[in-house]
Amino acid sequence: MTQRKTEVFVGLFMIAGFVALLLLALQVSGLSLKPAGDTYTVYADFNDAGGLTERGRVSMAGVSVGRIRDISLNPKTFQARVAIEMDASVNNIPDDSTAVIRTSGLLGAQYIDISVGGSLESLKDGDEFYETQSAMNLERMISNFASGR
Amino acid sequence: MINQIARLGRSGLDIVEALGRSGAFLWRSLAGVPHPRVGFPLLVRQMYSIGVLSLVIIIVSGMFIGMVLGLQGYTILSDYGSEQAIGQMVALTLVRELGPVVTALLFAGRAGSALTAEIGLMKATEQLSSMEMMGVDPLRRVVAPRFWAGFISVPLLAVIFSVVGIWGGMLVAVDWLGVFEGAYWSNMQASVDFSEDVINGAVKSIVFGFVCTWIAVFQGYDCVPTSSGISSATTKTVVYSSLAVLGLDFVLTAVMFGGF
Amino acid sequence: MEPAPYITLDNIEFFRGERKIFDGVSLNIPKGLITAIMGPSGTGKTTLLKLIGGQLKPSRGRVRVAGHDVSSLGRKALYDLRENMGMLFQSGALFTDISVFENVAFPLRVHTRLPDDMVRDIVLMKLEAVGLRGARDLMPSELSGGMTRRVALARSIVMDPELIMYDEPFAGQDPIAMGVLVKLIREVNSAMGLTSVLVSHDVPESLSICHYACIVSDGKIIGEGTPDELRRHPSERVQQFLKGQPDGPVPFHYPAPERSADWGLESALKSAPK
Repeated sequence: MTQRKTEVFVGLFMIAGFVALLLLALQVSGLSLKPAGDTYTVYADFNDAGGLTERGRVSMAGVSVGRIRDISLNPKTFQARVAIEMDASVNNIPDDSTAVIRTSGLLGAQYIDISVGGSLESLKDGDEFYETQSAMNLERMISNFASGR
Repeated sequence: MINQIARLGRSGLDIVEALGRSGAFLWRSLAGVPHPRVGFPLLVRQMYSIGVLSLVIIIVSGMFIGMVLGLQGYTILSDYGSEQAIGQMVALTLVRELGPVVTALLFAGRAGSALTAEIGLMKATEQLSSMEMMGVDPLRRVVAPRFWAGFISVPLLAVIFSVVGIWGGMLVAVDWLGVFEGAYWSNMQASVDFSEDVINGAVKSIVFGFVCTWIAVFQGYDCVPTSSGISSATTKTVVYSSLAVLGLDFVLTAVMFGGF
Repeated sequence: MEPAPYITLDNIEFFRGERKIFDGVSLNIPKGLITAIMGPSGTGKTTLLKLIGGQLKPSRGRVRVAGHDVSSLGRKALYDLRENMGMLFQSGALFTDISVFENVAFPLRVHTRLPDDMVRDIVLMKLEAVGLRGARDLMPSELSGGMTRRVALARSIVMDPELIMYDEPFAGQDPIAMGVLVKLIREVNSAMGLTSVLVSHDVPESLSICHYACIVSDGKIIGEGTPDELRRHPSERVQQFLKGQPDGPVPFHYPAPERSADWGLESALKSAPK
């Protein structure tokens, strides 16, 4: 085995390794090479954040328009305060829109869906959603139904 | 009774001493970067015998593990009607866990044991001593290039393993079991996060590569230079590496994904 | 006129584990001559060479080589000093993954920046000196034991050292190989004028080539002098070693409990009716 041949093989090996890493980044984790676009943050207070997770999806009409950055407890109202990073390109959401927690499929992950309101003013960085609708709680629903309320 | 306690204490001291010795050994091997003109060809030759020659076993195992994950995942997930999520399952399992761990285990068995035996034999045949007497430090000449080669190779192998495994999983899930290919990839992309999963997996494999090669070269250098000594050192390399990998994997997983 | 000593061992004490290998060994090795260090197996003759080479450090006493105190030298200085030393190991210790030529060229490639054609010339000259110029492309695994040592010898002298140490050069060699090695050691010494230290337990061969010899046993030097002086040495132990007598001051039996204890005669004696 000549030194040169060895060097070529080792070079190929390292290239294969880096190509694999690139594949993991682009194909598997869906990392996009274009810089993450500008975002602005809006807040939504839910009575029950249910199964929302950080990095969860935020969508309008089924199209992803942002992601959940942080979920914390609002100490004044004892509600779940969810910080949402909205894509800057979606800058005309009416400020009376409603944030709704929905489930994808019957058992799938929960996400926030924004149902559009009718106001002419739009949400800006740091604003809060006017109205929210909490996670559907199957157990509570059944007990409500059973007690006839 | 007293004797037993004394023996326990002595073996404890032995362990601490061996740890100290291996630390000093590592320090002496890696301190002082050799001249690139000398060091680079040595490193390349070791990368070849440690990294390139391990590729076949890594690719074949990665492929089979990916295919098994695809099969098993499908049977379980299809009970819940969510076989669409199979891409997510295969990718997360491989990238976070099986890629780094299985690669490190295979590496310890394939390359680590060879490293130990090679260095041990060089010691037994006085090659290391004669190198010292020629004014060449065997730690830098023999051990350091092998250590770096292993340290660099393991993460690369682990990444290749994961990619091949994901592809193998797709082969089974999409081509054989008929899961929709778009769902396979999009579910995966929606759930695998680059910095959270891929980078953490890479960090794991870097740690494993460091520990496995360290154990291998130290066991070789520290072995009793007889045939039984070399064979027991080789065994120790595989056993200690495997235990270290599995133990560290738990610790790292707890730190990375355990949420504290 | 006694030549100036090249190596001085001054009251060396050395332990391996709990065992004392050397207990106050003092020795002068003259420059430019062949000195043989002889002694029974397991008396630490190889250890002595390693002390001289600085691979081991004595727990007491001093080793001086060419005016340097080996045991107190720093790493760098020690490695520089070793470039002036050659050592021929018992097994030859050739690097098994490179050819004979590359083995001999190894010290040149590491320590010098000579151009390739000059390296080639030097290596072939040294291989010619040991009669193995034709074996340059063989791998070490293809060599016989005697050839291995000759290649190793070529490698030890390729840097033109001032000192060369031979560790059991004759052990396990057939008579021809032995004769070749004896001739080579003598020639290397006279042609290059280097100081040679020879560790061996092959008495006739060693005495036939050395100018000066000493016998080590039980951590001490029990006899030293020129070969003729040694042959006339009054000590019984020296005579036993030189003549290879099975019994003498060094007993045939390893220390053991009383014979009666091992074969159960004692209990038999006790239980016997009085």
